[in-house]
Amino acid sequence: MDIKRKKRRGLQAWVSWWIEKILAASGGITAFIILLIVVFLFKEGVGLFQSPRVDEGYVLLMHSSNEVDQLSADELKGIFDEDITNWAEVGGKNQAITSLRLDQIMDRFTEEELGGEYEYLSQRMGELIATTPGVIAFVPTLYAPLDHPAVQAMTDNTIALRDFFVGKEWIPTATPVPLFGTLPLVMGTLWVSLFAILIALPLGLGVAIYLAELASPRVRSLLKPVIELLAGIPSVVYGFFGLVVLVPWVQRVLDLPVGETAFVGSLILAIMALPTLISVAEESMKKTPRALREASLALGATHWQTIYKVVVPYASSGISAGVVLGIGRALGETMAVLMVTGNAALIPHTLMQPVRTIPATIAAELGEAAAGGSHYQALFLLGAILFLMTLIVNLMAEALAKKQHNKGF
Amino acid sequence: MRMKRKKRAQWLAFALFRLLGVLVVALLIWILGFIVYQGIGVISWEFLTTGPTEGMTGGGIYPAIVGTLCLVVGSLVISFPLGVMAGIYTQEYAKKGKLVQFIRLMTNNLAGIPSIVMGLFGMTLFVNTLGFGDSILAGSLTLSLLVLPIIIRTTEEALASVPYAFRVGSYALGATKLQTIARVVLPQALPNIMTGLVLSVGRVSGETAPILFTVAAYFLPKLPTSILDPVMALPYHLYVLVTSGTDLEATRPMAYGTALVLIVLVLIVNLLAHGVRNRLGRKVKMN
Repeated sequence: MDIKRKKRRGLQAWVSWWIEKILAASGGITAFIILLIVVFLFKEGVGLFQSPRVDEGYVLLMHSSNEVDQLSADELKGIFDEDITNWAEVGGKNQAITSLRLDQIMDRFTEEELGGEYEYLSQRMGELIATTPGVIAFVPTLYAPLDHPAVQAMTDNTIALRDFFVGKEWIPTATPVPLFGTLPLVMGTLWVSLFAILIALPLGLGVAIYLAELASPRVRSLLKPVIELLAGIPSVVYGFFGLVVLVPWVQRVLDLPVGETAFVGSLILAIMALPTLISVAEESMKKTPRALREASLALGATHWQTIYKVVVPYASSGISAGVVLGIGRALGETMAVLMVTGNAALIPHTLMQPVRTIPATIAAELGEAAAGGSHYQALFLLGAILFLMTLIVNLMAEALAKKQHNKGF
Repeated sequence: MRMKRKKRAQWLAFALFRLLGVLVVALLIWILGFIVYQGIGVISWEFLTTGPTEGMTGGGIYPAIVGTLCLVVGSLVISFPLGVMAGIYTQEYAKKGKLVQFIRLMTNNLAGIPSIVMGLFGMTLFVNTLGFGDSILAGSLTLSLLVLPIIIRTTEEALASVPYAFRVGSYALGATKLQTIARVVLPQALPNIMTGLVLSVGRVSGETAPILFTVAAYFLPKLPTSILDPVMALPYHLYVLVTSGTDLEATRPMAYGTALVLIVLVLIVNLLAHGVRNRLGRKVKMN
């Protein structure tokens, strides 16, 4: 009897020891997931800076007398768009540039000259390059006449960090080299999010004051669920609403060529950020100590003066935490923004232009990017940038909320 | 005189705040009203029980409804036990201090990670590295990461709201810590934990970005037969209808109908969460 009980107790202790260990392991799960996210995003993305700029299977050819052996992505784009027409502009000798793509080369020869199965293409290409000293040709490696004495292949360097972070153009499908300048995307994201908060802040603060200070319990019990419902509406529904209602409306009222602008994106994001902003601000205002309030009223201040001189300053850290959290939400919002901002990868100059944000770019382009290719890697790096941006914002919100929490009296 | 001016300022300010309060309600009514008004005519038994036909301009959304249900069940089967266990650990077992602070910080950070980043992560880890392909399994795992913080937070708050006296009473009767948690604390906290579960249902059924690259199919008339099949899902279906149909005017009614179904789902979830919260237990923050 006694032994039996002891045995049972031993088993029980053993079971509860294990349960405790399992619980502890699941307690660490969130930290583990974040670690995994960081590892995987960077693992997939960092290859971008080691991969060649020119697509695999292609090569850039020049005449062997050409001394230029380094061209930046922008310069290459300029040359093939015929904006740059002389080698002197990119550090070579004074000589006109002839930029050729495969189809342009093939147009110069008849079918007989190329052969039925393009067996003479390589040879013809060699001759063409040998007779045109200012040439630069973008051709598949398969047909490149690399052993021709007058031909040299340009040494291809990897995508530069500088081009990625301060490049002004995002054209991932451009040839001969794609342009991965993230600046317009980062700027677009920041513009849309910050302006959204500018719209949402006065509105949200007003509603929060109303809820915390003025509303009767009955009105409160009506208004709170409304705000929770606003938070619950899926972002794709907001995007749909924005597209069919706000976009045509803004276009008509402001008389714009296109309605899909950064402004509509900000409007939608403002509506979406409202619930977070209101609930955080209201909560921190409700925590204002009674003594502070009563002291203010006792000094002859009206209720309104008490609100804006005592309650709001007291809750300021909490309100800022709400604002920062709202910015974090807005930065990462994908579907709604994707549907209403028009997605032009331009550095915005006014709010009435189409813009493209980081999350929208990822959502729109990842489906088309070949896995492991440079475009794919660039999108993962964008994801990593977005992750870091929101992480910083969240840590800021955390610090602000803590400051509010620690306010003693 | 001065008093009067003060009063007038107060009257003005308060009138403005009331107006803003009304504005928020009006905003919700506008959005909901618009979608209900446009979508109600589309809803029929046929719309809910058949697949899309004629290049998405006719038929219904049955496969998308089934797909969303699969994702809801799949992601909650994964995240609910995990989240509740994590919540129990931080609230009941872990010593209050640096470790708990760190775990809370990480939970909050996880909640703040944009859903598209989760989608990227889910695609590399679940779809490619683990080889699940575009499947319910990969999508559910990705979505479960998204709702895990919600469940952990509501669990923690629910446990914290159980009075200390209950635990002490249980200990006094000779129960162990585990028995106290399993038989006294958890049953008390369960209604509030369920609020987190219900809210997660709403979140999972509305998210689009995480499923873009992990599960969602553009058009798939047949229903899934295993957890390694891709499915259609309501939010993604709405996105497709709105942006990439061949004839956007003709697909519009379908889009309104789908949006209405989504909205009704969210409404039901919110009402349910409210019911659970008000009927049972103390108030838990809803976020």
